[in-house]
Amino acid sequence: MDRLTKDDVHPKILQKLLEDSDITIEDALENEMILNMGPQHPATHGVLRLLLRLDGETVIGCVPDVGYLHRGYEKMAENMSYYEYIPHTDRLDYISPLSNNVAWVLAVEKLAGIEVPVRAQYIRMIVAELARIASHLVAIGSFAMDVGALTVFLWTLREREKIMDIWDILCGARFTNSYTRIGGVANDAQPEALALVKRFIDEIDANLSECESLLNTNRIFIERLDGVGIISKEDALSYGYTGPNLRASGVEFDLRRATPYLQYDKIDFRIPVFTEGDCLARYFVRADEVRESAKIVKQCLQLMSPGEIKANLPKSVLPQKAEVYSKMEELIHDFMIVNFGINPPVGEVYHAIEGSKGELGFYLVSKGEGHPWKCKIRSPSFIHIQSLPHLVKGHMVSDVVAIIGSIDPIMGEADK
Amino acid sequence: MELKELISQKLQANFPEAEFEFSEFRNELSIKINKKFVNPICKFLKEDPELEFLLCEDVTAIDWAKRENRFTVVYHIFSLKLNFRLVLKADVDESDCAIDTVSSVWKTSNWQERETYDMYGIKFKNHPDLRRIYMPEEFEYHPLRKDFPLLGIPGSLPLPKK
Repeated sequence: MDRLTKDDVHPKILQKLLEDSDITIEDALENEMILNMGPQHPATHGVLRLLLRLDGETVIGCVPDVGYLHRGYEKMAENMSYYEYIPHTDRLDYISPLSNNVAWVLAVEKLAGIEVPVRAQYIRMIVAELARIASHLVAIGSFAMDVGALTVFLWTLREREKIMDIWDILCGARFTNSYTRIGGVANDAQPEALALVKRFIDEIDANLSECESLLNTNRIFIERLDGVGIISKEDALSYGYTGPNLRASGVEFDLRRATPYLQYDKIDFRIPVFTEGDCLARYFVRADEVRESAKIVKQCLQLMSPGEIKANLPKSVLPQKAEVYSKMEELIHDFMIVNFGINPPVGEVYHAIEGSKGELGFYLVSKGEGHPWKCKIRSPSFIHIQSLPHLVKGHMVSDVVAIIGSIDPIMGEADK
Repeated sequence: MELKELISQKLQANFPEAEFEFSEFRNELSIKINKKFVNPICKFLKEDPELEFLLCEDVTAIDWAKRENRFTVVYHIFSLKLNFRLVLKADVDESDCAIDTVSSVWKTSNWQERETYDMYGIKFKNHPDLRRIYMPEEFEYHPLRKDFPLLGIPGSLPLPKK
């Protein structure tokens, strides 16, 4: 093999290398090291890259680097109709695509002033809560795997698989669902799907307890997380934390309660809050939220009554496919909506829902055209990653992995 | 309705020299402010004991393409105490494409302002770390500006040679 000699290196590079005074090895005990972690690293939950400055094995500085999955979804939204964008929201937080669908259509409906039938709202709540359960199950499983407990991952994914089967029946797709429509949902929930939901909800408590029993009494798991990555209440708010991560720091804030949307004001549920603000608290919050979501779904199933699943607004709500093929007017409306889009009035709205990772908001600016003038995605993961330097400071390299797992970022959402 | 009056009265009483434009759409109150007062107004809204807008949800910008003041920087802030969301807006012109940072008020706006800078090219004065966040540092354009084509600009990103 040919080796590079000093002559092969460009003099400019050599000069730069000689100038580098940050890293010295004069004193072997006091040397600092820069460690590059990611973007291809199994524990960073996607393409997150961290640059760590280490003193021995202690992290003394950290610079996160995002953007490896930047697809320009905000630019794309400006060039497509409101309907066309629904499948793209699946690709944001790809662990819980349905809650993104719900967030997007709620924002568009607020902009266009569309009222949705009650049954469709309950169906949306059920799918959004199932998405939250799925997301938290993956979060708990992969978090446990990050700190070395592999079995839990298999058990929580087994539970998630049941949710995917429900989605499969409900909307014909397991992963990227695109189930919601502006003004309702794509199709009514089938009795088989609802029966499966009921069975899943009845079983989840016992099944989750089974998973928890592997972790809650596991000394290695507890000791690796207890007191690691603490963020105080004030810092958490200042860093813009929302969702489970904020509630683990002792702030009782949940958009389902604070600004009720859909039918959440009719539902009785508890907001789990822990005050420690460490990795362990974030795990406990997620586990408790799975149970609360199950409670919400159970109440939705009881409160749901048969009825319409789409608003009766032919100018802005797509007609059912069967009617498009048999009726002239529906065909015209379908053609107009698909080709020119719905034209909401001039204005700007911001609508946020309590997504599974935190506050998921869409900011839409309309100029009265078929496509938005501007669309901004307020993604919780992006905000949470920002606080990583604060969280990892003073901890070991192996704790960094645990901390990333505990704030549960999804890069599809963080990079848009 | 009372809440909105309270906020507008408080702002006008504390910043008599600033001009406010109040507007409402879909029950969301938005206030247009002069960009010179962004920092003190945000600080006031966060620290006033009756308001406590502790959570900065979002900082972004809108490109109006052909308008005189080309950009509008938009802040969405939320008060946990009042369960109320407020929209602050400040116009920025292309010739003086800069605005004060609010990252000293809310730490979260650090990255959000970096994103806005990356996407729109609006500079945030006194920002501690104003670098691009998604695009590479040597990229010359700002992708969310309306004059940036959807397909991108050929040659703007170095590609491997044949």
